Amino acid sequence: MDDMRINRLLVANRGEIAVRIIRAARELGIHTVVAHSQCDGNSLPVRLADDACEIGPPAAAKSYLDIEAIVQAAQAKNIDSVHPGYGFLAENAKFAQAVESAGMIFVGPDASTIELMGDKVNARTAAAAAGVPIVNGSAGRLESADEVCEAAEAIGYPILVKAAAGGGGRGIRIATHSSELPRLVPQAIAEAQATFGDGGVFIEQFIARARHIEVQVLGDGSDVIHCFERECSLQRRRQKIWEEAPAIVLPDAVRRQMCAAAVALAHHVQYRGAGTVEFLYDEAAGQFYFLEMNTRIQVEHPVTEFVTGIDLVREMLIIAGCGKLRLKQEDVGVRGHSIECRINAEDPARDFMPMPGKVESVMFPGGPGVRFDSMLYAGCEVPPFYDSMLGKLVVWDESRSRALRRLERALVELRIDGINTTQPLHQVLASDGDVREANFHTEYLEPWLLRNSFKLQ
Amino acid sequence: MATKIVYSPLPGIFYRRPAPDEPPYVRENDTCAEGDVIGLIEVMKSFHEVNSVVSGKVTKFLVENEATVIAGQPLVELEA
Repeated sequence: MDDMRINRLLVANRGEIAVRIIRAARELGIHTVVAHSQCDGNSLPVRLADDACEIGPPAAAKSYLDIEAIVQAAQAKNIDSVHPGYGFLAENAKFAQAVESAGMIFVGPDASTIELMGDKVNARTAAAAAGVPIVNGSAGRLESADEVCEAAEAIGYPILVKAAAGGGGRGIRIATHSSELPRLVPQAIAEAQATFGDGGVFIEQFIARARHIEVQVLGDGSDVIHCFERECSLQRRRQKIWEEAPAIVLPDAVRRQMCAAAVALAHHVQYRGAGTVEFLYDEAAGQFYFLEMNTRIQVEHPVTEFVTGIDLVREMLIIAGCGKLRLKQEDVGVRGHSIECRINAEDPARDFMPMPGKVESVMFPGGPGVRFDSMLYAGCEVPPFYDSMLGKLVVWDESRSRALRRLERALVELRIDGINTTQPLHQVLASDGDVREANFHTEYLEPWLLRNSFKLQ
Repeated sequence: MATKIVYSPLPGIFYRRPAPDEPPYVRENDTCAEGDVIGLIEVMKSFHEVNSVVSGKVTKFLVENEATVIAGQPLVELEA
């Protein structure tokens, strides 16, 4: 690629996604530099990258979230581009702006797109303007219990109270009756203010037993394509733990409409880079509704890569570096089925207690159709300061039933000694009758955990 | 009077306040009861309360607010 403008990339992240970005960059001939905190000097991304620079103490606020420290490190290393990964500063418009203002390429959308989609009320408005169905809810921001109460009367209970600046399942409360609002709304506003620095909330009708299905998009600011959907309904505390592609529950006609809706929204905002449009799917009614748009690469991107054969991180770098999407919609098809399990440093036998510590030894699964994206190596330290995800076990096979068998086989092979992980949970889930039938929704896993806790002891 | 120590049950970041704009759970020279919350440990993005092991007077904090601590590290000294 003669017009590739990315030659020296700063990876402004850690863990498995930093490893993932280094791999994609190296295959494109890009020199990689990892920005890391004091406790990550021996991490796998630092070992794999061409170069590394320390940006601050272990606490994320003083390193991976320190915009000034990262931009300065990039300049000192003569960097031309920055990939933010996911989490940390990936959806921080100020960071994208700071990178661009310093004359570097931000591997992601415009700061203005990040800002628009980061405000969940404005994102809803944009979706509606693009003709995408939204959940019945308040027309705009609400600032008091009275405003919430008034809006809720028009919608009907139960309702969800969400932080305008929230997203990712954080800052959400459910109200089943107006009598709960005087207690619940001030709490929600205070929490939104404390967590996001913005006390604005909005409400949406609560859709029971909905599935979480999301569509991967790629855009270059003018053209947009989709890479079909992922099913991410198995969640604990609104955090995904198991994802699949495709969503076998979707009738073809609904899949077409959902993918077209995602493309319409991305077009509407002149989206650039890799993004995900999340939907709630009401299976009983056959209806889907816009939930939010994530303006970054997602954790669960490998299931899409497996079924489409597209390297999404490579495409992100090419879009950012060449300014143009090289794939066309007709290039994208789905073959077979893929499942991802998140292996977290949490003990499922002890209410998912975090388990930082030293990993004594590891044995990774392999063979056909198996991929293990991880930052682990024998003897590595898992620090207590960051997210608990250690790796993602991803499998592909020609059908969902075969993919499940392959997943069970790979889970037998995987060994992580030294700390407890969520591996046993996935072993039980993979053999569960409902899971095998894809018979679940976003409220499925938590009651399941109560019923099945004895199997995790 | 005996000196008692509260140790960190987990590795992570120690916070003396429930939120940045709220007062500390306890200050030096305050008295607290057994089981009272004296701080929070943030580990892997989740927050865990640290409880006093005895009833008594807080004589000294042995770590700063927002300090990095290891499991078993002394946090607070009390006179019981």
